[in-house]
Amino acid sequence: MADENYGRALVGEIAPGGTPLSMPNESPDDAELGPADMVVLDDRVAEPAPAPAVFDVDDLHVYYGGYLAVRNVTLQVARHQITAFIGPSGCGKTTVLRCFDRMNDLIPGCRVEGTITYHGVDLYGDDIDPVEVRKRIGMVFQKPNPFPKSIYDNVAFGPKISGAKKSDLDDIVESALTKAALWDEVKDRLGTSAMGMSGGQQQRLCIARAIAVQPEVVLMDEPCSALDPIATARIEDLMQELKQDYTIIIVTHNMQQAGRVSDRTAFFTAEVSPETEQRTGVLVEFDLTEKIFSNPSDERTENYVTGRFG
Amino acid sequence: MTLPLTPETSDAEVRSILEASIARSRSVKDRIATVWMWGSFLVLLVPLGAVIFYVVQMGASQFSFDFLTTDLPVVTRSAAGGIGPVVYGTLLITGAATLMAVPLGVLGAIYLHEYGGNRRLAVVIRFLSDVMTGVPSIVMGLFIYTIWVLVFGLSAFAGALGLACLMLPVIIRSTEEMLRLVPDDLRQASYALGNRRWRTILTVVLPAAFGGIMSGIILAVARAAGETAPLLFTIGVVTAPNPNLFSGSNTALSTQIFANAQSPYENAQNRAWGAAFTLILLVFVLTVIARVVAGRYARKRGG
Repeated sequence: MADENYGRALVGEIAPGGTPLSMPNESPDDAELGPADMVVLDDRVAEPAPAPAVFDVDDLHVYYGGYLAVRNVTLQVARHQITAFIGPSGCGKTTVLRCFDRMNDLIPGCRVEGTITYHGVDLYGDDIDPVEVRKRIGMVFQKPNPFPKSIYDNVAFGPKISGAKKSDLDDIVESALTKAALWDEVKDRLGTSAMGMSGGQQQRLCIARAIAVQPEVVLMDEPCSALDPIATARIEDLMQELKQDYTIIIVTHNMQQAGRVSDRTAFFTAEVSPETEQRTGVLVEFDLTEKIFSNPSDERTENYVTGRFG
Repeated sequence: MTLPLTPETSDAEVRSILEASIARSRSVKDRIATVWMWGSFLVLLVPLGAVIFYVVQMGASQFSFDFLTTDLPVVTRSAAGGIGPVVYGTLLITGAATLMAVPLGVLGAIYLHEYGGNRRLAVVIRFLSDVMTGVPSIVMGLFIYTIWVLVFGLSAFAGALGLACLMLPVIIRSTEEMLRLVPDDLRQASYALGNRRWRTILTVVLPAAFGGIMSGIILAVARAAGETAPLLFTIGVVTAPNPNLFSGSNTALSTQIFANAQSPYENAQNRAWGAAFTLILLVFVLTVIARVVAGRYARKRGG
């Protein structure tokens, strides 16, 4: 089942010109597909994909203690694409995002069931070192959180702990800041504290800090929610550029943002259990962004993207 | 009741309504509270000012480089000599206590806050440390007397043990508070870059909390430097400096003040004033250093 989806999910990626295919003949009534199997893509193309999916999530459940926070998430994250997670508050978007770099390990009582593979390797396998995972999968947080150190030291921090040579640090810092579209603004004050920067600059610094360790994936947890529209636009432009080199997963509350930046969108919602009144996040639909916003297959998605709820 | 304002309300009326709302009763309350606070502040200043004034008046005349460096007279009523061995002993004992209490206290606080959380061991340690804060210093002195002095005899080390026991819970508390002030965002950012926990503590948490931890330590040292009770029956008396930490009696400013102030001889009493002045000066200098360190840290963090 997982393999089948794997191949199907990549169909969009090999579309000519890089534009996502629209999928006219998906069959929402297909009895074999459970609610989590929303990767309903075209079956026509059977060619091997040019690049494999980076992440393959299969039937993921996340618990906080005895509380089921998210259930039955199955999706694939394609290489060098931007995947957006949208949905109302408390639907588990961030929880799922934090499974990819095992940041949930740091929350006492958090437990993950199901599998997430990264290039075919089970991220939650017995011998997997979460620290090594996090070196390859970077993260940008909701609130800009630069270290109370100089701009230079912030960017050089990751490379330093990964054992980069001192002589290479200058180049690494310059290249990361350039990629994060910050170099020209800060090149003359690299030694000053990062705490003196504006919010938008701080968030771009955090992006620079994340990419300085040359991860393959950058996870972004509502990176623009604390920023004004101009700073948001800069980060969105930046994401389009970063897409050339990195695979990006972004959690956002802002549907327009998901529509603007992402190639694929996963829509989550929260189900309230009638007995316990606990909210559990579920993946409603995962598809090409264009389709999610123009012709979603699930009524709940449609209600959400048209603003009728949430 | 609030009067409705309409476009027809004249400016003068609006003014009278708004001014009336800054009612007389409120400005009177404000005046009373202000006077009360200033009064309390001044009353608090009286004992502090009196102590400093009196100690400076009586002690400053004794104070000189010779006073700080020459040996104590063998006969306490003699006017000759200074408090050299006392200053030496205080520095030795406080230094040894600091070397024992600081690593233990800081590491303990790191365990409590970064690793222990609400685990049973951490809860127990935190509780014991709180209890230890409340142990009277004379009891701590007795404790050291029974477990150390009765076995090994009087020594500077015994005094240092007593002081360390008093400093330890203070350092644990203040360090843990400082670690708590380090935003969790910073730890998360560090973990997300693939930094291990111990290294996150070394490279992110401790640097961010450094100023606060240091100023807490310095204040604890200043406090310990003036402690008398734990030294009373642990270090003994000498008239010449004793550099041996582990054997032989020693002496310290606080115990010297205690002994000389009780003496009927004026010269001994003067020496006590001089020692008191020296002690206040020492504590003052340490406090200023703590302030400067904390201030520099605040500026750094603020960017």
